[in-house]
Amino acid sequence: MDNATDLINRSGSTVEIDATGVYYRDLNTVLRNVCSGDVERIELRNVCGQRYIGTDLGRQVNIDIHGTPGNDLGAFMDGPRITVRGNAQDGCGNTMNEGQIVVHGHAGDITGFAMRGGKIFIRDNVGYRVGIHMKQYLSKVPWLVIGGTAQDFLGEYMAGGLLVVLGLNLKEGESHKANFIGTGMHAGVMYIRGSVAKEQLGKEVGAVELEEQDRRILGDLVGEFASHFGYDAGHILAGKFTKLVPLSLRPYGRLYAY
Amino acid sequence: MQSKTMANPYNPYGDDKVIAACSIFGMMDTSGRRFSGADVTRAIANMHDRGNGLGGGFGVYGIYPEHADKYALHIMFEDSLTRRDVEAFLRDSFHIAYAEEVPTRPARGIVNPPVVWRYFVSLNDRRPGDLTEDDLVVQKIMQINTTFSAACVFSSGKNMGVFKGVGYPEDISAFFRLDEYEGYLWTAHGRFPTNTKGWWGGAHPFSILDWTVVHNGEISSYGINRRYLEMFGYHCTMHTDTEVVAYAVDLLLRRHNLPMEIAAKVFAPPLWSRIDRLEEGSAERALLTTLRQVYSSLLLNGPFTVIIAHEGEMIGLTDRIRLRPLIAGTKGDVLYLSSEEAAIRLICPDLEQAWSPMGGEPIVGRLKTDKQRKTAPAKEWAVV
Repeated sequence: MDNATDLINRSGSTVEIDATGVYYRDLNTVLRNVCSGDVERIELRNVCGQRYIGTDLGRQVNIDIHGTPGNDLGAFMDGPRITVRGNAQDGCGNTMNEGQIVVHGHAGDITGFAMRGGKIFIRDNVGYRVGIHMKQYLSKVPWLVIGGTAQDFLGEYMAGGLLVVLGLNLKEGESHKANFIGTGMHAGVMYIRGSVAKEQLGKEVGAVELEEQDRRILGDLVGEFASHFGYDAGHILAGKFTKLVPLSLRPYGRLYAY
Repeated sequence: MQSKTMANPYNPYGDDKVIAACSIFGMMDTSGRRFSGADVTRAIANMHDRGNGLGGGFGVYGIYPEHADKYALHIMFEDSLTRRDVEAFLRDSFHIAYAEEVPTRPARGIVNPPVVWRYFVSLNDRRPGDLTEDDLVVQKIMQINTTFSAACVFSSGKNMGVFKGVGYPEDISAFFRLDEYEGYLWTAHGRFPTNTKGWWGGAHPFSILDWTVVHNGEISSYGINRRYLEMFGYHCTMHTDTEVVAYAVDLLLRRHNLPMEIAAKVFAPPLWSRIDRLEEGSAERALLTTLRQVYSSLLLNGPFTVIIAHEGEMIGLTDRIRLRPLIAGTKGDVLYLSSEEAAIRLICPDLEQAWSPMGGEPIVGRLKTDKQRKTAPAKEWAVV
């Protein structure tokens, strides 16, 4: 694009970019161009709906987003560490492979969609179908930790990874509202803090007691979550957790068998 | 190979990737303060890439205070001969208080627009006794839309108006000079047609009397809804699924006198599995079961988010498993509804709250000064 340099203000290893009115493709082109050499930190100002931020950068860099990034934030992302000072829209972390997204606010539908690695931390609530078809392979185990609550079809068709919902904004005695939790889930683990009734679960998952190993894993995830948002991890971990696991590795294996 | 005629003239990137979904936006000042179309146009333009330029439109309430007691008919004509014939029909059916061509200006991307006129009409004395004025107006519109193939009545309410056509919404806004109008409630739509071709009448909002609907999604129950509505005299002429929502709203709210909260349970009823969990013999269970039985043909199946509006009220509603996005925001007296949060924050950076309702839960904004509702004041932001 023309005059891209007008948007960029560089000091040392930090680059500041004013995204006011910049078309998403142009913004992502600027990001690709500045994301080389010794740049360690990128401050994106006045972001408003631009899609795919953080995609296709292929290296570790810290990106601070001020404003509201558009859909598919960090799609296919492979390394960058994004912090959003605001809310994220739909499709945050779509098929992300490596890196981190920390959202100081809420996030929309299908957060962590088909995520295969890296970590996502959302401070507040998330929308529908969060964690849909997350997966894992060998050492690649994606983390998705939500501080608030989630809407229906949480962890739908989940195929791997760790999904935690902390319910920190639920009132005393208030339960999670999501229905069809884990519908079609066939691998991975969900941990939910706060009460969830059996009829809120999809047919393919079951609730089990936490074991010692679960406590260790949760300690890691919640510890990191708490450090991002300044919460007390011990207080969060003292709550009651339910572990949800799939009842079958191939819930639909016989669907088309005739 | 990319065909030349289909190439998007605004795509400088030389590819044909389509990342579309419709965009919808609504903004209402519940204090009744009127504002121009400038902000709503910026907001819908911020979601430019959800549409593909084959439809854009706006619904505005409170724009014709000088003719507030007249039905404002917005009619598009393909040619002036048709206009002559339709005007003869109008003179025969109504008293025309005032008529003019809707002012436009040349705008980027708007090609071969039809001629658009507006007529402020009241009913003449030859009204059959057993029909209400509204019923008769609906009947006359159906008559025009089914008789004249080169004319289309696309707006017919009092003190409100629909402006729409083929183009991106921001270009349609420029074409119809919407920065020069003021209303207390605006809805907007950017279209990505999925099942039918883009044409001027097929852009959103769809409207009958002062009901308007903008929609993102697909009404897969269109056939069954359409046949049911035909029994009540509604004829679908716009070749687009959304049209049924406008007529269904008119039937349920105006003719069957149901409140919006109940109509929402007809369009997006709770799943049977949810109803089964309600207490046996409870009033709620009985109501939900009855609604599903009586109005099963008005259940809207498939993915949808709609913004429905009429005088003094704006409603956001999604299908019960929310297959299309909707986010609401508030600041003071103003309620915003949008496909994407960024569009709201662009025009209201200091939003007080923003949230996504559960699927099938309507968000209702009501005019605080609405006289009919004075006896039973509604909650400011009724999330039902």
